[in-house]
Amino acid sequence: MEAAAGGGCGSGPPLLLSEGEQQCYSELFARCAGAAGGGPGPGPPEAARAAPGAATAASGPVADLFRASQLPGETLHQITELCGAKRVGYFGPTQFYVALKLIAAAQSGLPVRIESIKCELPLPRFMMSKTDAEIRFGNTGELHGTKVQVPYLITEKNTFKRMDDEDKQETQSPTMSPLASPPSSPPHYQRVPLSHGYSKLRSSTEQMHPAPYEARQPLVQPEGPSLGGPGAKPPRHQASLIRSFSVERELQDNNSSYPDEPWRITEEQREYYVNQFRSLQPDPSSFISGSVAKNFFTKSKLSIPELSYIWELSDADCDGALTLPEFCAAFHLIVARKNGYPLPEGLPPTLQPEYLQAAFPKPKWECPLFDSYSESMPANQQPHDLNRMEKLSIKDMADFPVPIQDVTGDDKQALKSAADEALPKDMSEDSASKSGLLPPPPALPPRPCPLQSEQTSEAELHPQLSRAPSQAAESSPTKKDIPYSQPPSKPIRRKFRPENQATENQEPSTTAGGPASVATVKPHPAVQKQSSKQKKAIQTAIRKNKEANAVLARLNSELQQQLKEVHQERIALENQLEQLRPVTVL
Amino acid sequence: MAVCVAVIAKENYPLYIRSVPAENELKFHYMVHTSLDVVDEKISAMGKALVDQRELYLGLLYPTEDYKVYGYVTNSKVKFVMVVDSSNTALRDNEIRSMFRKLHNSYTDVMCNPFYNPGDRIQSSLQINTDLTSACHRGASQRSFHVRVFQTCSWELPVSPHTAPEGLLVAGPSMAW
Repeated sequence: MEAAAGGGCGSGPPLLLSEGEQQCYSELFARCAGAAGGGPGPGPPEAARAAPGAATAASGPVADLFRASQLPGETLHQITELCGAKRVGYFGPTQFYVALKLIAAAQSGLPVRIESIKCELPLPRFMMSKTDAEIRFGNTGELHGTKVQVPYLITEKNTFKRMDDEDKQETQSPTMSPLASPPSSPPHYQRVPLSHGYSKLRSSTEQMHPAPYEARQPLVQPEGPSLGGPGAKPPRHQASLIRSFSVERELQDNNSSYPDEPWRITEEQREYYVNQFRSLQPDPSSFISGSVAKNFFTKSKLSIPELSYIWELSDADCDGALTLPEFCAAFHLIVARKNGYPLPEGLPPTLQPEYLQAAFPKPKWECPLFDSYSESMPANQQPHDLNRMEKLSIKDMADFPVPIQDVTGDDKQALKSAADEALPKDMSEDSASKSGLLPPPPALPPRPCPLQSEQTSEAELHPQLSRAPSQAAESSPTKKDIPYSQPPSKPIRRKFRPENQATENQEPSTTAGGPASVATVKPHPAVQKQSSKQKKAIQTAIRKNKEANAVLARLNSELQQQLKEVHQERIALENQLEQLRPVTVL
Repeated sequence: MAVCVAVIAKENYPLYIRSVPAENELKFHYMVHTSLDVVDEKISAMGKALVDQRELYLGLLYPTEDYKVYGYVTNSKVKFVMVVDSSNTALRDNEIRSMFRKLHNSYTDVMCNPFYNPGDRIQSSLQINTDLTSACHRGASQRSFHVRVFQTCSWELPVSPHTAPEGLLVAGPSMAW
């Protein structure tokens, strides 16, 4: 299989395409590649990396196209593997063509093997979204019976492509019938499969819902031969369906037919999650506290044990708060669960926070201020490190509002511009028609950032205890609940954390704080050494300043306290003096 | 080797209790129950000192001929009790301490889950995938806690996650002390 796949994707001797196939495939490929360029850069960065030299189709539109082929996810998965896209990591022309051929084979009922593509096959068929049907065919009301359609299909296919098995065509006409919301003119029709594919591809990058049309296929097909139904339906259900279909549905289809896994978050879903995150917490680099998240997720009407389980899965660092990637993972799991997917035993690799941050790096988050408090990270996690950093040091930065505002401002702009295109309508509709998953979440204020920042400042203090035994620092544990933490490895624990562990761990944390901060810098790849060094230097400087600041603040508060007391004593003494004075005078 | 682990709430009712050999469960429950008195005694003895200075690890609570019982209490008066087989002489105090520390960490992670209400039972969530309309709202699903406790005590986890550890799951009513 490997060899065959390799052979198939090498110089491609075994891949024989007819003229019709060549044309069709190249147009499809151009669409995918063009859509990739024009779209918001979907898909994993491998697509971009593979760009040099050959044109590549980005996996976003390719995935949509594959989904439109209506093959089961498993099959698509196999196809992707076989064609070699998985191996090389992108869809080059050869991989794409092989994949299309395999799709055709699968749709014809042949097993998904490299050998299948050596025989003659019909073109692969793709369902398109019904808006394309609208675009292409203004009034689709006039439709004919099955019998009329099928001959059209067959004849057109035969004239346009090579001779095919009529039986194959007929057995698959039901799948074709929705596709055939056709006009009556044969020449127009024969371009239907391709044009549908194109318009679908083109629109899929702008639209969020190829799926609603697909989702309605099961509704449409049982209607059977009366194609007047399917044809007439699309116009009726047009825009309202697009809008009123919940994100859940879309996600379900996206999830169910995506070749890889149902746990992969697409770009659209990601945008949506990010928007929801921002509605709860304006700063996308900060985090949502547990209670805020609890209120929000409870609206999804899942049972408490399930929500608790989802939380367990998604809160990777168990700090009682969700950063943006954790939030996206949790949201995704909730949506998947609502669509009937069983919850996984462990967090799928595509939902890990590191993966999410690497897969969807936001350029603006690469702020030079942030270096890593990271624990052991895989390589190439610079954006991830920054994001982790941001989560942890967002509290550090509470006293430095300027850089954060810059970052978040830029973030918001970046996110906004990307999200606005895709989501505004969806948001408004979702709020109206969702099944309660996301009624317009009330703008919950971000939970105690000041409290947490203070806790952080106390945590920062603790490493200093050994160096600067100020009494202010000593008294801090008694003042507050549990400000303990090991800054490099875990963010602040919630108040349930006992103090004694704080004292226990202060010594290790003091020692761990130093070497850890140094050690954590090392895993960075050499490529970004210089920038990371700079960042590290800046980061340490900031941290030191922050610590000093915190110490001084504490001292300040202590002294204020003493001053107050002294004032009161003085007032008391003066009163006494007043009372005594008449006596002495007398 | 620990044969029984229990997490007791502040009001002295059990939040989580597991024992490894399925038989003799009741005996272990009884031992844990009786050990609570000793725990209270130790807490009050040390209670005069400041809370900060009180040691969390209580040490050996009382030995029987076959087993020893160790205790640990958190600052929020949640108690961990561990029953250990006496025949295992290689088990040292440090190991017991570390086991308690891991237990404590697992417990705080359970606490961090906002869907867990303190005072709820820590239940094993093995019904989640099978029963879509689970009406079990009381206890949060704390599967990872379960897993980690088992790992801490070097117990074997049930083979398939979908088969509840029937032999180990304690019946609810009998736990109502």
